[in-house]
Amino acid sequence: MSPPSPPTRLRLGLRAGLIIFVLLLGFMPVLNLLPAAHPLHVSDFLVSITGKWICYAILSLSLDLAWGYAGILSLGHGAFFALGGYAMGMHLMRLIGPRGVYGHPVLPDFMVFLGYQELPWYWLGFDSFPFAMLMVLLVPGMLALVVGFLSFRSRITGVYLSILTQAMTFALMLAFFRNDMGLGGNNGFTDFKELLGFPLNTSGARAGLFYASLVALVLSFLICMRLTRSKYGRVLTAIRDAESRVRFLGYDTTSHKLFAFVLSAMLAGLAGALYVPQVGIINPGEFSPTNSIEAVIWVAVGGRGTLVGAVLGAFTVNGLKTWLTSAAPDLWLFVLGGLFVAVTLFLPKGLIGLMKGRKP
Amino acid sequence: MSGRRLYLDGVSVVFDGFRALNNLSLIVEPGELRSVIGPNGAGKTTMMDVITGKTRPTAGRVLFGETDLTRMDEAGIANLGIGRKFQKPTMFDALTVFENLELALKAPRGPIACLRWKLNGEARTRIEQTMAEIGLTERAQDLAGILSHGQRQWLEIGMLLMQDPELLLVDEPVAGMTDAETEHTAALLVRIAGRRSVVVVEHDLEFVRALGRRVTVLCDGSVLSEGSIDHVQNDQRVIEVYLGR
Repeated sequence: MSPPSPPTRLRLGLRAGLIIFVLLLGFMPVLNLLPAAHPLHVSDFLVSITGKWICYAILSLSLDLAWGYAGILSLGHGAFFALGGYAMGMHLMRLIGPRGVYGHPVLPDFMVFLGYQELPWYWLGFDSFPFAMLMVLLVPGMLALVVGFLSFRSRITGVYLSILTQAMTFALMLAFFRNDMGLGGNNGFTDFKELLGFPLNTSGARAGLFYASLVALVLSFLICMRLTRSKYGRVLTAIRDAESRVRFLGYDTTSHKLFAFVLSAMLAGLAGALYVPQVGIINPGEFSPTNSIEAVIWVAVGGRGTLVGAVLGAFTVNGLKTWLTSAAPDLWLFVLGGLFVAVTLFLPKGLIGLMKGRKP
Repeated sequence: MSGRRLYLDGVSVVFDGFRALNNLSLIVEPGELRSVIGPNGAGKTTMMDVITGKTRPTAGRVLFGETDLTRMDEAGIANLGIGRKFQKPTMFDALTVFENLELALKAPRGPIACLRWKLNGEARTRIEQTMAEIGLTERAQDLAGILSHGQRQWLEIGMLLMQDPELLLVDEPVAGMTDAETEHTAALLVRIAGRRSVVVVEHDLEFVRALGRRVTVLCDGSVLSEGSIDHVQNDQRVIEVYLGR
């Protein structure tokens, strides 16, 4: 007896498709254990790259919440992803302990190399896993809170907001490149050894991180679903389409947008934190504006304003990227650009819109 | 009822040297239905903008009861009990008629409150009553984007009613309506007034006559004449600047 229209067959179909997809993903690490000659064997490479894509799908979801629902086209969401990744990276660095090349009991290698005498204050606490996880959410969340508050309160919207967020990630990239930030400069963090007592770079750890990411994706999806199906979700949609009208209805649109933006940044941070131990490295390149723009393209291709679309887009575009960058590496950037133009012109509702067919 | 009075006290608005409002003073008593007419550029919509916080006046005060509205933002003013219908019907096309009304329904407006919002029987009844009143019961599950122009006008009036405001500002409610719809609208506004104050900005003099209440004529940003429709229609200055042309 809820007022929103009853689920259509398409929606039921998409939901069933998504559940089957998640179950299939869940079998991948199991099939990885089969002998290599077995026809159903899944290679290490495929497991690890799919693990990355799952993290990208979380980032895509988070961006869809901000852009597809609240109309906040962030061209800097990669920054929140990278900050979450850095917070996780700091934890992983602390866990290396005396196993570094220089064998210092506390300081990571790059600090010994740069002549640090002691751990900078902002590294304190990162040896604790719960603290690091808290930072994974809090650091991106706080940045989104400050940037969002200042821009939403000043009613910066549309392309100006996009440029602002783009500048934000660019500024962070330049800052993180500096050695005296105490965050590894342009090399970033790597050579991670273990997480929660499990050595990394084993198939067991790979499977564990894969499942952790999958669970995080499902939870993020459920959180976004809960949000967008509520009246809050409808307020966001209304803000996206006619913000000033929403104000005249008595809604403080700044706080509504801020809520969505901060939550979205936290989800992006979570995605980054799961990504880093799987790829084994985090460096300032993650802040690169192109990363953020690619995430926008995932959402656009999948279909913004639909959660399934965001997930679909992340897997589709990244699958295409993996295939093309090995088959025809020079073509990829052209394809990516072409994809964005094509989707904007012909598929404004993305792949999901294609499934819905052309309606008047 | 213990309504609040709207008092515009010497309000001026200057845009790049152009005086959209010029020392405008106006009082709307609680429960009053007031029509505001005037030629294009007389400042009618600017007056609405000032009351609802969209435009800050260059000089003057806008008092609603004891509260000075010029210090508040749009959302704050709306929550104070002042609702507005725009000249061009504005609603949320991606939402259904029901959902549009639900968003307008008076309820806590914060993100968390909206997240935890559950449509209870009382709210549903109110929405259904309003849909019946504006004749959109059949269209409850249709997207607002596919409504006809007249229906959009109605939906916006319905959204205004859902806010349960003490003061309604209604900008050109019958633009683009058929005669029957216009009549219906006039009856609805007369019914609403009394319980609430209503200010109607309109071009259509027949409609203003159908409302049959006190009329204020604006010209060049200030009040030119005020009184019954017959009084202002016989006012020589009004005839010169507006009706006579």
